[in-house]
Amino acid sequence: MSEPDRPKADRIRSLLDSEGDQIKKNTRLFNAERYDAVEAAGPEQYQAYRSRAREIKEDAIERLPTLIERTKRAVEDNGGTVYVADDAADARQYVATVAADLDAETVVKSKSMTTEEIDLNDRLEADGFQVWETDLGEFVIQVADETPSHIVGPSLHRSREEITELFETHFDPEESLDSAEKLTAFARSFLGERIDDADVGITGANFVLADSGSIALVTNEGNARKCASIPDTHVAVAGIEKIIPDIESLHPFAELISRAATGQAIPQYLSVLTPPVDTPTIDFDAPDVSGFGDSDAERDFHLVLLDNGRREMRDDEELRETLYCIRCGACANSCANFQSVGGHAFGGETYTGGIATGWEAGIEGLDVASEFNDLCTGCSRCVNACPVEIDIPWINTVVRDRINRGEDPGFEDVLVDGLLPDDEPRGTPLQKRFFGNFETLARLGSATAPVSNTVASVGPVRTLMESLLGVDARRDLPSFERTPLREWAASRDSGSNPDMGPKPNSDVARDSGPHSDIDRRVVVYPDVYTNYVQTGRGKATVRVLEALGCEVVVPAVGGSGRAPLSQGMIATARDRAENVSETLAPYLAEGYDVVVVEPSDIAMFQREYEKLLSPADYEQLSEGSFEVLEYVYGLLEHGAPVDVLCGGGSDTVAYHSHCQQRTLGLEEYTEAVLERAGYDVTTSDVECCGMAGSFGYKSDYYELSMDVGESLAEQFAGASTVVASGTSCMEQLDALLGPETRHPVELIDPVVSRRQ
Amino acid sequence: MSTTAVQEFRKSLSAADVESTVVTPDGVEDAMLAAIERPAVGAPLPFTDLSLSGLPITVDPSPSELRDAVTGVTGSRLGISSLGAVAVESRSGGDEFVSLYPERHVAVLREQDIEPDLSSAFDWLSAEFEVGRESLIFATGPSATGDMGALVQGVHGPETVHVVVVTDDE
Repeated sequence: MSEPDRPKADRIRSLLDSEGDQIKKNTRLFNAERYDAVEAAGPEQYQAYRSRAREIKEDAIERLPTLIERTKRAVEDNGGTVYVADDAADARQYVATVAADLDAETVVKSKSMTTEEIDLNDRLEADGFQVWETDLGEFVIQVADETPSHIVGPSLHRSREEITELFETHFDPEESLDSAEKLTAFARSFLGERIDDADVGITGANFVLADSGSIALVTNEGNARKCASIPDTHVAVAGIEKIIPDIESLHPFAELISRAATGQAIPQYLSVLTPPVDTPTIDFDAPDVSGFGDSDAERDFHLVLLDNGRREMRDDEELRETLYCIRCGACANSCANFQSVGGHAFGGETYTGGIATGWEAGIEGLDVASEFNDLCTGCSRCVNACPVEIDIPWINTVVRDRINRGEDPGFEDVLVDGLLPDDEPRGTPLQKRFFGNFETLARLGSATAPVSNTVASVGPVRTLMESLLGVDARRDLPSFERTPLREWAASRDSGSNPDMGPKPNSDVARDSGPHSDIDRRVVVYPDVYTNYVQTGRGKATVRVLEALGCEVVVPAVGGSGRAPLSQGMIATARDRAENVSETLAPYLAEGYDVVVVEPSDIAMFQREYEKLLSPADYEQLSEGSFEVLEYVYGLLEHGAPVDVLCGGGSDTVAYHSHCQQRTLGLEEYTEAVLERAGYDVTTSDVECCGMAGSFGYKSDYYELSMDVGESLAEQFAGASTVVASGTSCMEQLDALLGPETRHPVELIDPVVSRRQ
Repeated sequence: MSTTAVQEFRKSLSAADVESTVVTPDGVEDAMLAAIERPAVGAPLPFTDLSLSGLPITVDPSPSELRDAVTGVTGSRLGISSLGAVAVESRSGGDEFVSLYPERHVAVLREQDIEPDLSSAFDWLSAEFEVGRESLIFATGPSATGDMGALVQGVHGPETVHVVVVTDDE
């Protein structure tokens, strides 16, 4: 069978080579600086600003029609003009007419993603205007004729050397531009002349204040200040979602935006302008006349408020949140995939990073969003990074679901419908249904193990899987255990299967010492991986909890719905969630605690189930469920003795927490428990291992997944003991470092203790 | 505003790569002479008891004088202690141009006008909005960019900034 064409994989490989290093360096720096800035501001204070900013945005979008009217009235009362543009063409036409009416020759712009969105430059240039981008990053991509690779740093995919080559070729300067200083000086002088000559200055607006008709601009270079004050005519182009009520409501955003974007406590320049400003007009054609040339020109201000799909987004319950975005780029910087490939892969026509899916789906349509939406793995690292608390992974999931539903049904649906028990419509790509129905595969695989493992690993089968399902042949597939955890637990309770390991010592543990007040009844949730693949960590969990005095049951509960959800199969995920909730409800009602081994599943219970279950069911399960080492930590805090667990004896352990677990703030419990058990723990600080469930298995993304994983491998190089909380992290670490990775709970398994 | 508050402000200025001097009202003239590099342009100071008259600073400059100036002097009615920020207001005296074009910006600020943080600065700004003063820039340090492959100061705005803090009368 011939190698299938993989244009997506080719494109990603090419970007990893050409832009990856630069993107990594810059996004990781921004990301690290953001963490530092939040720490310096005080996490609680920062969170208070996030909550306030979120409230303001929710309220402003809710009242948007009123706020648009208020903005209009205020700007007009000040002597300016407001134009609400229905779409990109409408906005372009308006700006072009303003310039034409002035007989303008030169138009200068400060950085504005909204004008990128409407392709304003192309139109103005077609109409014969000289258009210059004055933000140096925008200037670079203007000269290079590229699209922005990042919302905040549009040219951050280019190294200094590449910019030198670009500028020397393009401008043929007398002296070499072989340093950042020389490049900056050249651009300052080149653009400075053009700004002084310009007839129209175009800026965006980070915020628009309805009550006063003001705009706020966040810049570091000073070019927006010039664009807004040197030309007599100032045109600001902003999406309608940029409106907030008043100057008071700007405060939390001023605290957040630069910290989230670049880790600065405040930008170099935060401009609050209420045009026409009192700054006098300046006439460079009267160079020697005092009073700035004594110009008698009046200032003219136009605010273009752009709809271009935003009002429909506002009416769309799922996409609405996108409108709260303040375009800081934190979701891109905190995204492991973005850090490797950047916005030229992880982005659409204009917008880049996780939130781009919402923007591009709302503005351009699902077809554009579908080109990059799969790069969001749902790792959720952007969730805490977003300064306005947007659930970016959920937006990506919803859009994926819509893309699935929108595709033409393929022949394979007929084949698959009968086999896969999902609730998805025909048209959902086969690969997505394959991974989304992992639970079924795992059940079959386990029942037929070891034959299934052998069959699945042979060459022709892998080739077929790769060509038909896009499952990369370079990956080892999960190996299914013949005896699922649940069966082991059941047989063990009855004592009928002595081969399954030593009998638990729970009675002894419960009666022996200060922890006798630990009297918890626990459901260990047999997630699909723990039940069929990683049964060792499940057994260790049961033994640890029993040793600490808990009564443990492992009931028959289905998959959490994580697998289908990650493929955008929301209906199937909801069905699974309802099943889980229904099965566990009687236990929870009786006071059982639910302990979860797989972090992506505790994250389902804690986060995504809010979207999938009724509020009461969600609350019951999210409050009654715990990640396994979080739970162990709680038991130890309540007096359970750590010495019944296997001790580390000062062994060093390299620990990789799971992305979704870290978003929930749960990794510290694992660290604390391992440390109490006597281990010396080093924790990785990468955002994600790169495997992200099924992502790393997909042929299109295998190389990206490995590239992301390399950073983790570097951190763990030479570690003798490696543990990871998530199944897919373990698989990735096994692929990168060799098959030795275990779950942290296995390190404290009392059985191991006795064996030593 | 206590001396420690001025110290706090200066610490933040320094962290933002801004030089500063602290002087009594009597010492302003000497401090300005020391802070500017000529030729210098300026915007009229927004204080009744302080002005640029008598100093080698051209007020209401021509466009050429603005372009050729090495230093631009403005008066600021707000400093933010925790950030090292100063306000540049959009005034008819052309503070915006004067603080942008020359490679060096010298801001004169009274001790009493230092607010502790951005939160109190916004309270101040809200009060300003109520009396119709609604345009300003919070400027923190020199203009800067990372877009050319490394951090460079002095892009479309000043490369160096110096703040002269004038202590309150005893």
